[in-house]
Amino acid sequence: MSDYDLIVLGAGPAGAAAAIKARSLGLSVAVIDEAPAAGGQVYRAPSPALTATQPDADREKGDALRAKLAASGAVLYANHRVWSLTSGFSVIAIGPDGPLTLEAPSLIVAAGAIERHIPVTGWTLPGVIGLAGATVLLKAHGVLPGRRVVVAGSGPLLLLVASKIVAAGGEVAAVVDAAPHTGWLARAGAMLARPDLMAKGAGWLLALLKARVPIHSGAAIRTIHGTDGVEAVTIGPVDRDWRPVGDAERTIAADAVCLGFGLLPATEVTRLLGAEHRYEPELGGWVPAVDASLQTSVPGLFVAGDGAGVRGADAAPLSGELAALGVISRLGRGGDLAREATKIATDWHRSSRFGAAMSALAMPPPGAAAMIAAETTVCRCEGLSRAKLDAAIAAGARTLADLKATTRCGMGPCGGRVCGEAAAMLIGAATGWDRATVGQPSARPPLRPVPLAAITGAFDYDNLPIPAPAPL
Amino acid sequence: MSALYDLAVIGGGILGSAAACRAAEGGMRTIVVEQQTLGSGASGVNAGTLSLQIKRVKLMPYAIKGHELWERAGERVGFHKTGGITLAFNQREAELLHERMALKREAGAPIELITPARVAELEPNLSRQVVAASWCAEDGYANASLSGAYYRTLLDTVGVDIRERTPVTAIDRSGGAFELATPTGTIRATRLLLACGAWLKAAGALLGLDLPVRARVNTVSVTERGPALVGTVIGHATGLLTLKQKPNGSVLIGGGWQGTGSPDEGRSWVDPTTLLPNLRLAMFAVPGLDRFRVVRSWTGFEANVPDFYPLAGAAPGIDNAFLLGCVRGGYTIGPYIGTLMGDLILGHEPELPLFDPGRFVTTAAAA
Repeated sequence: MSDYDLIVLGAGPAGAAAAIKARSLGLSVAVIDEAPAAGGQVYRAPSPALTATQPDADREKGDALRAKLAASGAVLYANHRVWSLTSGFSVIAIGPDGPLTLEAPSLIVAAGAIERHIPVTGWTLPGVIGLAGATVLLKAHGVLPGRRVVVAGSGPLLLLVASKIVAAGGEVAAVVDAAPHTGWLARAGAMLARPDLMAKGAGWLLALLKARVPIHSGAAIRTIHGTDGVEAVTIGPVDRDWRPVGDAERTIAADAVCLGFGLLPATEVTRLLGAEHRYEPELGGWVPAVDASLQTSVPGLFVAGDGAGVRGADAAPLSGELAALGVISRLGRGGDLAREATKIATDWHRSSRFGAAMSALAMPPPGAAAMIAAETTVCRCEGLSRAKLDAAIAAGARTLADLKATTRCGMGPCGGRVCGEAAAMLIGAATGWDRATVGQPSARPPLRPVPLAAITGAFDYDNLPIPAPAPL
Repeated sequence: MSALYDLAVIGGGILGSAAACRAAEGGMRTIVVEQQTLGSGASGVNAGTLSLQIKRVKLMPYAIKGHELWERAGERVGFHKTGGITLAFNQREAELLHERMALKREAGAPIELITPARVAELEPNLSRQVVAASWCAEDGYANASLSGAYYRTLLDTVGVDIRERTPVTAIDRSGGAFELATPTGTIRATRLLLACGAWLKAAGALLGLDLPVRARVNTVSVTERGPALVGTVIGHATGLLTLKQKPNGSVLIGGGWQGTGSPDEGRSWVDPTTLLPNLRLAMFAVPGLDRFRVVRSWTGFEANVPDFYPLAGAAPGIDNAFLLGCVRGGYTIGPYIGTLMGDLILGHEPELPLFDPGRFVTTAAAA
């Protein structure tokens, strides 16, 4: 017995658009999100304590999204953490009122993206946060990462985060971008397709130049110094393959570092449900294989937004609507939607070009593994250095599962979300295999750590369904 | 013409690797062919419990030998002899416990019954609702995820060739040799051992054998690191719980609760409706687990045949082909029964009798 026609996982721009579209065509829809309010990362709602912050364009878009979703009649389960799913589909979550299981014949996964981390020496010091994490601090909490911040890594989030820090009155000691200047130029064609977004990026850049923020292209952090927190950062040049080259180092005083290397599609749910995936570097890495309606290889399982391939916030709502039309067609509801779907698909492909170009710009080439020093911690949960992982690879580990088995890399609370890409880069560096050959990590429940008592709830021992004992 | 091996083993788990090592020690030129990576199947994903209290009576002599081999492997496989306690929480379970443990004791396992007060002394953090319990000082655990790395070293040491990520798609016979077709070329050997766990049925079919092999889908869960709660291996009278806390503080919870999926589908899934009672049983036995966060639950295939005894011996009707699998308690017994199989292939009389697959097989086509 289904609770809804459709369950949407994620209430960001893609998930909200999918829910609104499906509702407008008569489906019953539930939307589940971990956050207290809809909006996702890009339109994250400010904490209620922050009513005094200046409204900006993203804030206004987020408020409009929240209002439209609320008016649509979709049921929003905010503050709910999905920890398991089964095909068909059952979605198992834990919320403020305890466990929740919802069932529906269709599922749209709009789970967004996660950050790609490349460990550098000192990245485990307090004061080092991810670029995406920094946007949460700035948007939801109005908090600066530090007084004097180095913003480093790759991709468009560098300029976004740095300009937001400047706008909020903070000091950016340096922007350090591993991609060479020419990397941006190579993508200019795709960027010109979206002059409005180009202008947005140029605006960020202008704000940084006005604030006299030094921007180092073709450079990367070599060491983050400090004892109890960040005190300084040493940077140095990298070659076109992002290998550190030369000794032209400089050390910059700073008390915080925002560090990230682009976004990966969050594919835990589609992997858990056994959907096929393929490797698309232009879209951030492994993406679910989909048909024109964004249906995966698992019937009834659709994807939308950055989780289907990192294409950015402007493309996300279009993919959400496209997936919603796919769901409706599959359920045989809503008449002839082919023309509308074709139009949305055309718009979506157009708006995807910019985001995909940005995504490609952030993508580390294979040489980037050379940024990770032997003594640098790669797996933070288990305290494993690159040297330890390299030793396991030299002893025969060839997959992420092998590495996990022999070293426990990825067995901690992060479940491999923080260390997985770096570990895959190390396997690639040792074997010469490309990222596609190294393969994907397996996804297993719980999708996020869950306290045992939250899963088990209250129960009576005598009611446990104990099967017959094993043969004697 | 490719090299001719004396023995090709299909399956790089504990059973196949142990047999290959023994054959190579006996002078055979041996190769292990594995569709994934060494120890990536049941050998590597089981809960690692080494408990005589959950072994079948008839398999007890093999399990005791298996314990000795794991103990000898020691640190390389994360071996810990902690002793184990099996718990009964009501009268029905107490009767079951008494009846079963008496027979296992007769079979040679040093199992004794202990009082609930003694349980509380040994493990103060266990539930106080224990009505009966048994203790075996030989019990403990090892780290199953190290199986692949451990056997890789042993295989390298005795000079066995290892071919991983190599599925065998067909088996032909030509000129007295088996020819294994793989995506990367043909492997030729005069003898063949199928030791591919849940995939035994499919591999047997390549030889024209109809093996009555089915697969159970066992579930295991692990928590993040937490404060020390228990030091021994904890079990339940029904066998439906195994629980141990590793030195790093993480707690491993198993017991054979069934997930979904099959070897034919190529994967298996945790079933939340069986995971729930599995975790509840663990919580009931060790109430202090409530604050521990579960970080991962997973499943693995455990192959079996209708009588739940091993397939271990010559393949019926096919000269120089052998079968090894479906060993209930295969993690514990595997290193030993694999060695016995190696002896059989070398033409030696095994120290303990094997389990003739001929008791099931009716269709043996001479390939």
